[in-house]
Amino acid sequence: MATLKRRLPLLKHRLWDPKAETMPRPELERLQLERLQATVRRVYERVPLYRDRLDSAGVRPGDIRTLEDVQRLPFTCKDDLRAAYPYGLFAVPLKDIIRIHASSGTTGLSTVVGYTRRDLRNWSDLVARLLTAGGVTRHDVVHISFGYGLFTGGFGLHQGAERVGASVIPVSSGNTERQVRLMKDFGATALVGTPSYALHIAETMYDMGVSPDELSLRVGLFGAEPSSETLRKEIEAKLQILATDNYGLSEVMGPGVSGECLNRNGLHINEDHFLAEIINPETGEVLPEGYTGELVLTTLSKEGIPLLRYRTRDLTRLDSSPCPCGRTFRRMARVQGRTDDMMIIRGVNVFPSQIENVLLEIEGVEPHYELVLDREGALDTLEIRVEVTPEIFEGRMAGLVELEKKIRHRVQSECGITPRVSLVEPKSIQRSQGKAKRVTDRRVF
Amino acid sequence: MKVSQITVFLENKKGRLADVTEALARRGVNIRAASIADTIDYGLLRLIVSDPVQARQALAEAGFSASETEVLAVEVEDRPGGLASIIRCLADAGINIEYLYAFVGKSGEKAIVVLRSEDTDRAREVLQKNNVTLLTGEEVHRL
Repeated sequence: MATLKRRLPLLKHRLWDPKAETMPRPELERLQLERLQATVRRVYERVPLYRDRLDSAGVRPGDIRTLEDVQRLPFTCKDDLRAAYPYGLFAVPLKDIIRIHASSGTTGLSTVVGYTRRDLRNWSDLVARLLTAGGVTRHDVVHISFGYGLFTGGFGLHQGAERVGASVIPVSSGNTERQVRLMKDFGATALVGTPSYALHIAETMYDMGVSPDELSLRVGLFGAEPSSETLRKEIEAKLQILATDNYGLSEVMGPGVSGECLNRNGLHINEDHFLAEIINPETGEVLPEGYTGELVLTTLSKEGIPLLRYRTRDLTRLDSSPCPCGRTFRRMARVQGRTDDMMIIRGVNVFPSQIENVLLEIEGVEPHYELVLDREGALDTLEIRVEVTPEIFEGRMAGLVELEKKIRHRVQSECGITPRVSLVEPKSIQRSQGKAKRVTDRRVF
Repeated sequence: MKVSQITVFLENKKGRLADVTEALARRGVNIRAASIADTIDYGLLRLIVSDPVQARQALAEAGFSASETEVLAVEVEDRPGGLASIIRCLADAGINIEYLYAFVGKSGEKAIVVLRSEDTDRAREVLQKNNVTLLTGEEVHRL
């Protein structure tokens, strides 16, 4: 069968909803305030937890007069959703809920979220925005490798891609060789999934002897786990695509909270639907723009399960400098780590992202690594296992010794911990099909 | 044709050496000489093979990190002092040797020493000037 090579419009900046996405800031802020006031009123009337919290904080819905007043509201955290399992935070009766999703539960009990018909429509539109911003049009064939099911990734991107009018292939995750064959046979032009799985697909493709020329892919839209510039470049080179990142979390909605445009200078937050703050995760105090801290989101339009000041545990920073794409929404930096990923090694707080950054800076190290925490006697140890790929191996012992030394020294100066560095063979670190697991903690407490 | 050495990165794990040699065998690649440099966790397997191009393909397909390096192969008299005289002339010229290993050629009379220097071109010049017999790639790979 001849490969399907399709004529597609050139990649260029497009907007899905120009009126909303380029709304002047003052108008946007007025809209945000109106929606914030309505949300606070609604949860106060309908969600017992919020009524109690607001009452004990001494805040009445009428006290929210400016956007800054959001800081008077109590935080919501994942444990609140767990305690309310399954439907305790729903603000509408179940008859008005037409879809239920739940978080993957990798970090504990799953959290359950419900969507009204209007929520689903908004969700589709917000995902359509990020797909459009990443170059997808109705002419594209969109291959979705996110898992379908309770996880919001599969259905979220699916609805958005249908909303755009693209041809959607709901492949779901797993059976990577089959994914490669389907992309080739069905002429997929856009790949959607996690960045680590995209890399796995690319590697499998090469192992199968399939060259990127045999595919029709042109863009990739990746999310659901932290990424990095190096990982992006590698995926782009291997699949010969242009890749954008997007962000979301099931508690708040799923994918569609924010996404990059083709300028790729941060992820535009859909601020007409979410109010974003950055806080110091230790003290809860709001940080000025540009500071890295925990992202806190308040939903502005959700009916099923509106959330006030939801602590995402994701570390990022905000940027309101103008973007050439014309969107007026502020941008968040790619997530730099999670407050709950924090490792405590010999009493020192270390984020996996810090170590990842070191590895990425050291030229040539492919982002395949694993952190192993263990204990020798009473002392914590950190082992960094790094794959020696054909690209970085130049055949000299001195080169490898130098690489080990560089990683050890840079991690030492960055994190204050001297790791043991182990160089391992290519592909000896387990590849993920879903979210990347970078840390193995063998310590017994 | 230059003399080419294949270096393979190997973790110190059971069976990896068998995996490498079998991958080469399946491609019909013959190993002329081999040497291992090792640390506690990993080692470098250095090989002189009958067909470096095939060898690299076989290793890449089997998922190994391998690279190709130019080395010098010199013929050494099989008598006391045979190797010493060669190394002396390099030392006198101020050329460092990173590593070397030896094997016996087809004739069985002379030893062949594979050596890697940080400056291959200068080492070659010095050896030629001292009338040391340097083998070509054809001679070494197709022994």
